[in-house]
Amino acid sequence: MNALTINDLKKTYSNGVVALSGVSLAIPEGDFFALLGPNGAGKTTLIGITAGLVNKTSGTVSVFDYDIDRRPEKARTLLGLVGQEINFNPFENPIDIVVNQAGYYGIPRKVAIPRAERLLADLGLADKAREQSRTLSGGMKRRLMIARALVNEPRFLILDEPTAGVDVELRRGMWEYLSGLSARGLTVLLTTHYLEEAEQLAKHVAIINKGQIIVNGTMQDVLAMHDGDGAAENGFRGGRLEEVFLRLTAEK
Amino acid sequence: MSPYELWISFYTMMRKDVVRLFRIWVQTFLPSVITSSLYFLIFGTVLGSRIGQMQGVNYMTFVVPGLVMLAIVTNAYSNSSFTFFQSKFFMRSIDEILVSPTPPWLMIAGFVSGGVIRGVLVGTLVLLISIFFTGLRLAVANMLVILLFAILTALVFALAGLVNGVYAKTIDGINIVPTFVLQPMVYLGGVFYSIHSLPQAARYVTYINPIFYLINGFRYGFLGVADIPLWVSLTVLSGLIVALIAINWYLIRKGLGLKQ
Ligand SMILES: Nc1ncnc2c1ncn2[C@@H]1O[C@H](COP(=O)(O)OP(=O)(O)OP(=O)(O)O)[C@@H](O)[C@H]1O
Ligand SMILES: [Mg+2]
Repeated sequence: MNALTINDLKKTYSNGVVALSGVSLAIPEGDFFALLGPNGAGKTTLIGITAGLVNKTSGTVSVFDYDIDRRPEKARTLLGLVGQEINFNPFENPIDIVVNQAGYYGIPRKVAIPRAERLLADLGLADKAREQSRTLSGGMKRRLMIARALVNEPRFLILDEPTAGVDVELRRGMWEYLSGLSARGLTVLLTTHYLEEAEQLAKHVAIINKGQIIVNGTMQDVLAMHDGDGAAENGFRGGRLEEVFLRLTAEK
Repeated sequence: MSPYELWISFYTMMRKDVVRLFRIWVQTFLPSVITSSLYFLIFGTVLGSRIGQMQGVNYMTFVVPGLVMLAIVTNAYSNSSFTFFQSKFFMRSIDEILVSPTPPWLMIAGFVSGGVIRGVLVGTLVLLISIFFTGLRLAVANMLVILLFAILTALVFALAGLVNGVYAKTIDGINIVPTFVLQPMVYLGGVFYSIHSLPQAARYVTYINPIFYLINGFRYGFLGVADIPLWVSLTVLSGLIVALIAINWYLIRKGLGLKQ
């Protein structure tokens, strides 16, 4: 079964910007999938539509075969989202944020509180659980968003640039945590601008540019597109994925 | 979601708002207590004695239901308009509910519940103050009618406030309506006078004002007399509630101002 199936998805915003122009994508269950693309490519739009935060223009999206229009409740129950923007009330405590999120999924407090405490501890936020979340650092806020997204025990976790603004050490810690979740069967969709991160973590990778998927395959296949030429352009040298990415998304 | 899960989600939304209400009680409960005390002092004590009787009772007793109603209306309205507006505008924490399986109708119930609770609680506080000012001489004809109309009033205006919160694009957008629509509506709806003291033309204007139907049912509960029969008030209000629920449901399901 696919955790995510997207068919010919189109999105034109009300101001006329075409963010997605016919995207099709399938993410098999258990996959660790990296969705890469330059700024403004349409990644957040695609994720927003999947999670029910953005209205699509046309096309279909299913989460574990539940169509997001026809069975929105089922689709959402299986999903966890770590959005690109910080979107919790900064005057609430992490523990309340996570427990309330569980509540919206119908999980009672006596189940949610121990679960939230465990998640916050796993993510290194145990001693911050009862402080106003505006006092958290940027990296802590990201981790709070991860804890919140996991509280409903989703089978499919979407992370939109979860490591933006997170320092090297913590980023490594986060990779380890996400790999652990993936190893236990959670399907993960990750967007990131750190391509070495995607290279380390992902089994499959798709590159989206200007609202269209330009490459979609296993990490090996995409890395195999690396030809060694064009390397060290402008005197910089990146990882192999980075160079493939730059070549494919370069303005012609 | 199962009925139990729906209840948990509703309870979560309600609890969160009630916790907030009590945490910032100086902003949520105190203002109406102060303004209504001033009303009682000025209208009841100073001016009331010169006005004399209205509908067969002294003016102070007549005006109590109106002041309680005023408190319910403004508190219920501003609560749901503000909480909805701030959760969509301020850090977009409404996304937390939008990504969850909580259906739109339950979201409406959740946002309205806080407004109803605040309206009824503040209304009760104002009633207690009025008992203090009228020296326990307050008439109560039918407690059940009072409670019913208090809840209906809070419901109507919490729902109306939610519509406002959905449409508002700026913080001014939720302040304009209370000042320019709600206040005049309350003052002209027969809160401070009986419509029998109005000229015929002004009476017809009053008939299209929903406040008129609320205050009448309410006043009936206190005084046992009203300008119109109780069932008319109840019918108008039920119609209003159904219409407002439908409007909210349409707007929130479509995601107006919520989803791009
Ligand atoms: N609410 C909106 N209204 C209008 N246009 C929008 C809106 N959100 C995004 N866009 C436009 O849609 C396009 C895709 O944006 P999107 O946020 O999906 O890109 P992205 O791939 O996530 O970029 P980034 O890597 O910078 O996060 C961009 O051109 C953007 O300007
Ligand atoms: Mg983005």
